[in-house]
Amino acid sequence: MTFLPVILWSDVLIWLLFVAAIVFGALSLRNPLWRTAWQRVGRSRAGMASATVLLVFVGVGLLDSLHYRPRLENAAGPQTATAAPPPTATAAPPPTAYAVEVLSLLDVLLTPLRTRNEKTYSEPLATRAYAKESIESRDAAGELQQSRDYPRLRHGGAHLGADEARRDGDVGDRLLRAVSLAFLAWWAVAAATAAGVARAEACSAPAAWRRIWSNESDFAWNAVLAAVACLLLVALPLAMLAGQYHVFGTDKVGQDVFYQVLKSVRTALVIGLVTTLVTLPLAILLGILAGYFRGWVDDLIQYLYTTLSSIPGVLLIAAAVLMMQVLIDNHPQWFATAAERADLRLLALCFILGVTSWTGLCRLLRGETLKLRELEYIQAAQAFGVTDLRIIGRHIVPNLMHIVIIALVMDFSSLVLAEAVLSYVGIGVDPTMISFGTMINNARMELAREPAVWWSLSAAFVFMFTLVLAANLLADAVRDAFDPRMAGSA
Amino acid sequence: MSGAAGVSAELSAQLSEDILLEVRDLRISFASGRSLLAAVDGVDFRVAAGETLALLGESGCGKSATALGLLRLLPAAGRMPGGEVLFDGRDLLALPEAEMRGVRGGGMAMIFQEPATSLNPVLTVGHQIGEVLERHLGLAGQAARVRALELLAAVGIADAERRLGEYPFQLSGGMKQRVMIAVALAGNPRLLIADEPTTALDVTIQAQILELLRRLQRERAMGMLLITHDLGVVAQMATRVAVMYAGQIVEEAPREVFFSAARHPYTQKLFAALPDLARRGGRLETIPGQVPPLAEMPSGCRFASRCEHAWELCRQQEPQGRQVALGHRLRCHLDRLPDAPGGRLAAPAAAGEAALAPGAPLLEVQDLRVHFPIRRGILQRTVGHVRAVDGVSLELARGRTLALVGESGCGKTTVGKAILQLIAASGGSVRLLGQELGGVSGKARRPLRRRMQMIFQDPFASLNPRMAVGEIIGEGMSALRIDMHRQGRAAAIAAVLRQVGLEDAAAGRYPHEFSGGQRQRIAIARALAVQPDLVICDEPTSALDVSVQAQILNLLGTLQAELGLAYLFITHNFAVVDHLAHEVAVMYLGRIVERGSVDDVLRSPQHPYTRALLSAVPSARLDEQPEFIRLPGETPSPANPPAGCHFHPRCRHASAACRERYPETTTLSSTHTVRCHLHS
Repeated sequence: MTFLPVILWSDVLIWLLFVAAIVFGALSLRNPLWRTAWQRVGRSRAGMASATVLLVFVGVGLLDSLHYRPRLENAAGPQTATAAPPPTATAAPPPTAYAVEVLSLLDVLLTPLRTRNEKTYSEPLATRAYAKESIESRDAAGELQQSRDYPRLRHGGAHLGADEARRDGDVGDRLLRAVSLAFLAWWAVAAATAAGVARAEACSAPAAWRRIWSNESDFAWNAVLAAVACLLLVALPLAMLAGQYHVFGTDKVGQDVFYQVLKSVRTALVIGLVTTLVTLPLAILLGILAGYFRGWVDDLIQYLYTTLSSIPGVLLIAAAVLMMQVLIDNHPQWFATAAERADLRLLALCFILGVTSWTGLCRLLRGETLKLRELEYIQAAQAFGVTDLRIIGRHIVPNLMHIVIIALVMDFSSLVLAEAVLSYVGIGVDPTMISFGTMINNARMELAREPAVWWSLSAAFVFMFTLVLAANLLADAVRDAFDPRMAGSA
Repeated sequence: MSGAAGVSAELSAQLSEDILLEVRDLRISFASGRSLLAAVDGVDFRVAAGETLALLGESGCGKSATALGLLRLLPAAGRMPGGEVLFDGRDLLALPEAEMRGVRGGGMAMIFQEPATSLNPVLTVGHQIGEVLERHLGLAGQAARVRALELLAAVGIADAERRLGEYPFQLSGGMKQRVMIAVALAGNPRLLIADEPTTALDVTIQAQILELLRRLQRERAMGMLLITHDLGVVAQMATRVAVMYAGQIVEEAPREVFFSAARHPYTQKLFAALPDLARRGGRLETIPGQVPPLAEMPSGCRFASRCEHAWELCRQQEPQGRQVALGHRLRCHLDRLPDAPGGRLAAPAAAGEAALAPGAPLLEVQDLRVHFPIRRGILQRTVGHVRAVDGVSLELARGRTLALVGESGCGKTTVGKAILQLIAASGGSVRLLGQELGGVSGKARRPLRRRMQMIFQDPFASLNPRMAVGEIIGEGMSALRIDMHRQGRAAAIAAVLRQVGLEDAAAGRYPHEFSGGQRQRIAIARALAVQPDLVICDEPTSALDVSVQAQILNLLGTLQAELGLAYLFITHNFAVVDHLAHEVAVMYLGRIVERGSVDDVLRSPQHPYTRALLSAVPSARLDEQPEFIRLPGETPSPANPPAGCHFHPRCRHASAACRERYPETTTLSSTHTVRCHLHS
């Protein structure tokens, strides 16, 4: 086998969540009430455009969640070539050795970006470094000459050779090709969509085309197509240029910023999604118990969350993270690779964030349950002698689900932002793990330089902003569709 | 206005004198997606100074939309594609918004249905009145205060000085509505629009408010547009009546004509659907079907599909409004209508009377008490009790109906819930079929659970919106483990649905697909599914329109005759009591003050409270209204009831004995008992 699959805990959770989302989607489509709500989401143009963008982010995150360790090419090879013959003449082949570095499918796709490191900072699309260095070179006479200049980058624009002046032309050329390719690709997608709509609604393709753009279709295809157009117009030029240049420049150790940004997406998704796995059970269970049974159960749960939410959040998280860090540092034998250690730390962060942030939703659900339990259909069920557990399962939980879904989508963006803040403070993810927070943290000192290094921060900002904005817009659409008070007007 | 041409010279002279408001061909639509749904479709009417035009109709017929449209206060989706609203000769629809603000409050003012939500809870009464005074009269400071005191005095609020500084939560419901009226009057409006001003109030308070409105109108010569669904209120208040149906005025007539010679089939049906003594125990006339939805208005007469007199022309061509007599306009194709609606009185249910021989009591309640503790302080010490139910005894036999009557807050719903063991009783006993219910574990109670069920007031809150109708009905069967294998369950659900007059297919649909009346049928089906002997009906018709109420009352009557059900009917509506009940118990502050057969209590009430209540009920006939016995003050709080007889502070016959001790039960006849010192 040329590789050894590595299954990180967070990979398992991410894929489980993905499968669960698909199963939940399929199930909810079978219930007419949920189906109409999702159809309302489907009609929202902002919602569908942001869902398209989110899907791209999720795709990147999923690709980055399939990990493996490559086999080292013939570990014994160099030995035989350089030094003494094997000490003993055993015929047994050497045990296959795997690299300690854990790679993901995304890393493979981005191999050029990952491997072509420069020495240090370079500007986006630059061919030379950002700071002057002493360069030693031999002149015609063979004398060693020292000069101070911007050194040529090893990889950025290497294909240009000595002809660096050609860079602008080359970039323009690539952009032009990328944009025309984007248009072609978009037309293909759009035509396929129109054909699909035509088949589904049994009308001619031109009629379907008109329906899509005059906003008459039952699904906001026009918004999806517009979002696809934007994505293509951004992604294709980036792809065209990234092969030969550092599109977003390089950081202090010469790593490509574009690569870092793409790797950060997974971290953000894990934080945003896995944390809800911790908050939801706590919030739903405790909220409903408190609201339904009232009395001392309510007192106890209320006491618990009031206490928890009166401790400053960052302080609590910092204390927990530091304790966990000590634990991890004292037990290096638990982890085979650095990636496993970073992954566990990420999950621990999710857990800590989850345990400290369930109170808001719990309070909301308690209030709603208090209201629901007084409703007459609950009393009717009690009059039948239905058991409390069944009342909760059949009457209360389904009527709370809209709040849960809304909270889930809204919390996502705040958690992504929370990670950035915590990593910035230094209590977030493992320093070796690339995330928006660590990128911003690393970039903050460089803003003070003259001239400032701005690209690292800007790239992280733009990507995180897009992700959070898309999540927020989708949250709005979902809330409008699921909130029963809004549903009446739609 | 085509009909105006035919108005006789005398009438037009009288009308043109001081016409305040003239509405011509008003159209109001609501945008829904890409289409406009017409909610009000060509409405014409006039209101003169000093007269009251009652706009009568069932829910969803466009009454409130009309009122909001006059003030240009429609919600965002509302559009006014046509029509003219002439107020004092000015077309309101053409006014700029700034001038319109002067008309609202200054020219015409509006009173809303729910006094609890139409006052701002964080502003004092004085502030809310002052706001209007400042905007419309430019009064501020001391002058505004003096004027506000005058207004509060005018709406009959005692101790106005103190009330000015109080917040709405410190006022009772009737008081809030008085304040709301004071706010409306503050701008000296010439026209008052009252949108169901008393629907949310108790009858005694309703009578006070109606009396107040009449007095104010007389004193100020205001015009009034009264929007209501209650024929009793119309009979007391209106000068002229306009009946709306599906966005159109189908009949308009002076009050006397309206109550004696209404000609539109819809109007006649509305009268026929009212429960009253003449049709006691019989079946009420109902209007089949329901108001067509806005999106599917028929092209012909809008009432044709529900009208038993409809003929070809009705379905083809929309009738136009025309003058049929002086001031009487009609929108109907039937030129010759039967002058008295035939078949009004179905054969009284003789079978019901036969089964009335009271047997062994099904339900016996002895001295039932429900006290809610009042807790205060950090340690939640109990500092007192709200005596919601304080010693209620009743019994009910199979096939009988006992009506429990009283105003809101008297504890009648709590009695129902305590009998069902939804609320734990603090004392007393409840025995069903001779078995004690209180103090028994949930498991032991289960076999008795299926013997009694409840039907709730609000059919919109009593059905879980996330469950299909079949699941809702099946829930009780499965919870009570009623033996039926799977096939039998579906068949049983279908059978019970047919019993309440719904199709079998309803089982697969969700509650939101049904109208209010249909939902109440589903709620009844849910209760019937476990084959109970006793059904506690908690105001099952108070959230429904008159015609639908008649359907539900008929259904309840039929079910009682067929299945021998006993009903404990909790209500505040005396017409319904009269129609359905065999016995009546009147509650006041947690105790039953008078009990007896319907004839005993309603024809010869002995307790002063019962008399006052009965006198306050507005009758839907012109001749029958008895003199209103005015009850001073409001119902006291059950946390702190007055010493002695609870009713003595409001009773005009109160004596020294009344202040000292609560009266014992006095038996007046074999069926009639009363708790009052006047009779002991």
